[in-house]
Amino acid sequence: MKFLCLECDEQMQFADRQVPGDGTFAAAFRCPSCGRSVALLANPMETQLVGSLGVKIGGRTLDAPPLEMVRGAIQGRDDAFVEEDRAPRSVWSGAAVERLSRVPTFVRGMVKRIYADYAAQHGIAEITPEVMDRARVDLGLEGM
Amino acid sequence: MSFRTYHQVAGPDGSGIAEQVGAQRARVESRLRSVRRIVAVMSGKGGVGKSFVTAHLAAALARTGRAVGVLDADFNGPTAAGLLHASGPLRVGDEAVEPRSGMNGVRCVSMAHLVEEGRPLAFRGPQAESFVWRGALEAAALREFLGDVAWGALDYLLVDLPPGLQRLNELCDLLPAPPEVLTVTIPTPESRDAVRRALRAAIEREAPALGLVENMVGPQFPGDAGQVLSDEFAIPVLARIPWHPTPDTWQRLAERL
Repeated sequence: MKFLCLECDEQMQFADRQVPGDGTFAAAFRCPSCGRSVALLANPMETQLVGSLGVKIGGRTLDAPPLEMVRGAIQGRDDAFVEEDRAPRSVWSGAAVERLSRVPTFVRGMVKRIYADYAAQHGIAEITPEVMDRARVDLGLEGM
Repeated sequence: MSFRTYHQVAGPDGSGIAEQVGAQRARVESRLRSVRRIVAVMSGKGGVGKSFVTAHLAAALARTGRAVGVLDADFNGPTAAGLLHASGPLRVGDEAVEPRSGMNGVRCVSMAHLVEEGRPLAFRGPQAESFVWRGALEAAALREFLGDVAWGALDYLLVDLPPGLQRLNELCDLLPAPPEVLTVTIPTPESRDAVRRALRAAIEREAPALGLVENMVGPQFPGDAGQVLSDEFAIPVLARIPWHPTPDTWQRLAERL
């Protein structure tokens, strides 16, 4: 998918993405010549369709964790997975732990891993709800 | 107003979609590099015993010392894990999910590992017009079962397909080369006609047809579907499975594979 600025006949560049809620996916594109921005708003069904392909609009910054799509998309059993222990690279604040505890068990291990990888990649020592919000936007994680 | 085409606009799409899809394919290819043979157990007809054949064939192959995996691709009616006594949680590492070991050490991954007993496979998200994306999600699940599971070095990876042709087509699209197919039928004319379509589809996808297994052979289901299809497609009937097979029945099939 490409966006063309008709005024400038220039390809617009990806600028930002957000998941504002209700299953909506938003991506912003900017014209490098005139600076005009447009936003692509995908409805929940379109968001789901893109998600089902296992691709991220705006590109991936982290490798996909194992069974990412399956774990993110299906309503699974709480005891489906046993997560292997790994050495913690960042500490979790109490508020972040509390927020993580609200993620369904089926997907919690994967979500925790995604946030930990994001923190490690950005040199973040403590994972807080604010870091989780930033990661959610940067990585396009709807509902995590 | 006139527009240029997608390809005339020379810049990348900004999302690297082609690269992301390429990475997914590379992951599948890399994961399956240590698998010697991939055999899809298919039929085209429901209720002929594909999963039963798959599980017992896998156990028989394993009994002769082969390393065997079973990927249960029947996401809406998963039974392989139960048949192989391979139920229980899956261990998740950084790179992959470990399959469960079951009967005779057969390694298995199934949707039954993930979905609550007695519950249908349900996806999160908007349910309105779910037919639009449900097929894509199931294809993606198949891709992840192939590429994100630490199958390890296997002599055989048996893929237990659901009835119909869709999953076979998805499998052919995802694998670097089409899988070999083992086709299960029962003796009846109805099965013969449905299986004929499936075999034709497999051949059109250039999937090598290993042969037929005629299941549930006995007075309950009269017919000669196995022989007719064998003659028509010039492939062997590898086994005729009676209603009460013995371990020898499966062993002979394993030896002919």
